[in-house]
Amino acid sequence: MERYAVAIVVGIAAGFLDRLIMLRSDYRFYPTYPHGYLTHLALGFIAAGLGAVAIPAIAKPDYVAVTFLALAAQQFREIRNMERETLSKLEESKLIPRGPDYIEGIARVFEARNYLVILTAMASSAVAYWWRWEYAIIAAFLCIVFSTKLMGGSYIGEIAQVEKGEISFDASILKVNDVIIMNVGLTETRKKIMREGMGIIIKPRDDNARLTLDAPGQRMAIIHDVVSILGSKVDVSETELRPLARKQVDKGYLALFLVANEPDLEYLMEIIKRVPVIESTRGTTLKSFFGRKAAD
Amino acid sequence: MDKGFKGGILAIVTMDKDKVTGGGCPVFLAVDQKEQEKLGLFLARILDGIVHDLENGVYFICRH
Repeated sequence: MERYAVAIVVGIAAGFLDRLIMLRSDYRFYPTYPHGYLTHLALGFIAAGLGAVAIPAIAKPDYVAVTFLALAAQQFREIRNMERETLSKLEESKLIPRGPDYIEGIARVFEARNYLVILTAMASSAVAYWWRWEYAIIAAFLCIVFSTKLMGGSYIGEIAQVEKGEISFDASILKVNDVIIMNVGLTETRKKIMREGMGIIIKPRDDNARLTLDAPGQRMAIIHDVVSILGSKVDVSETELRPLARKQVDKGYLALFLVANEPDLEYLMEIIKRVPVIESTRGTTLKSFFGRKAAD
Repeated sequence: MDKGFKGGILAIVTMDKDKVTGGGCPVFLAVDQKEQEKLGLFLARILDGIVHDLENGVYFICRH
């Protein structure tokens, strides 16, 4: 086979494999639909193709082709819009919404993954073109490991301590430890909450974490993830038992209240620890001079 | 889900009509606590709202 053909085939294979590995699907990861898989694999294949032909095109040299590649890469911006639009539309019919921050985070990740695919394909095809295709396999492996490392963000468990909280009523005021959650009017509802409700305290480890947990978008993400695994006793027109996360305004920690279909406190804590920190809500006060000064 | 009007009081259920005054919102009178709870529950379900207790014998329904 011609040298450039080997490079392109190796590049496409490496890029496509990278996309396949990054397309994990569990409770958090959208898409969970077979057609969503197909869409993203097809786009991943195109991205891999783009990356794979870049190096042979430069080496030939065919600069016009390279210019077109840059143009084609612009198309991947559309992926973000596509994901954002789909998820925002679905949001309207959700009992417990994901929140705009979470959606934006997911959409960004989908876009970024395609750029990683392009890079993987380009690196592998470069190695195959200039050295040997056997080395390209090693390069592809390293790129895939690098991609998965890069895509793994931090989790709530890393920035905060998750502890059990005690649910109590002060007349009509529902509290988790010392954090006021809401006013509950009906006696029956209060009894139900005392029987089945669960309370969790999320204590930030530092000032960055405190700001992250402050953001309503991050709280919505936590609630959405919890509810999508343990379920909730919320229905259309029955929103009294809606899970809520409220802040202790003086001390800065968060209290979460939930009435779940599967009331298992241990797993609830584990789920919260694995909720991703949303990019757009991440607090960075400790990076600034005054933030560090004010923190001590 | 967006259900339109949010934050305002949709209905008031009270046993003591002297505790509420003014307009804009329907007021339902209940004879006892049991009826008050029942009225509150029904109205909340129908209006897609939540029952809140002002702890002075007045319940109101609000949509969040």
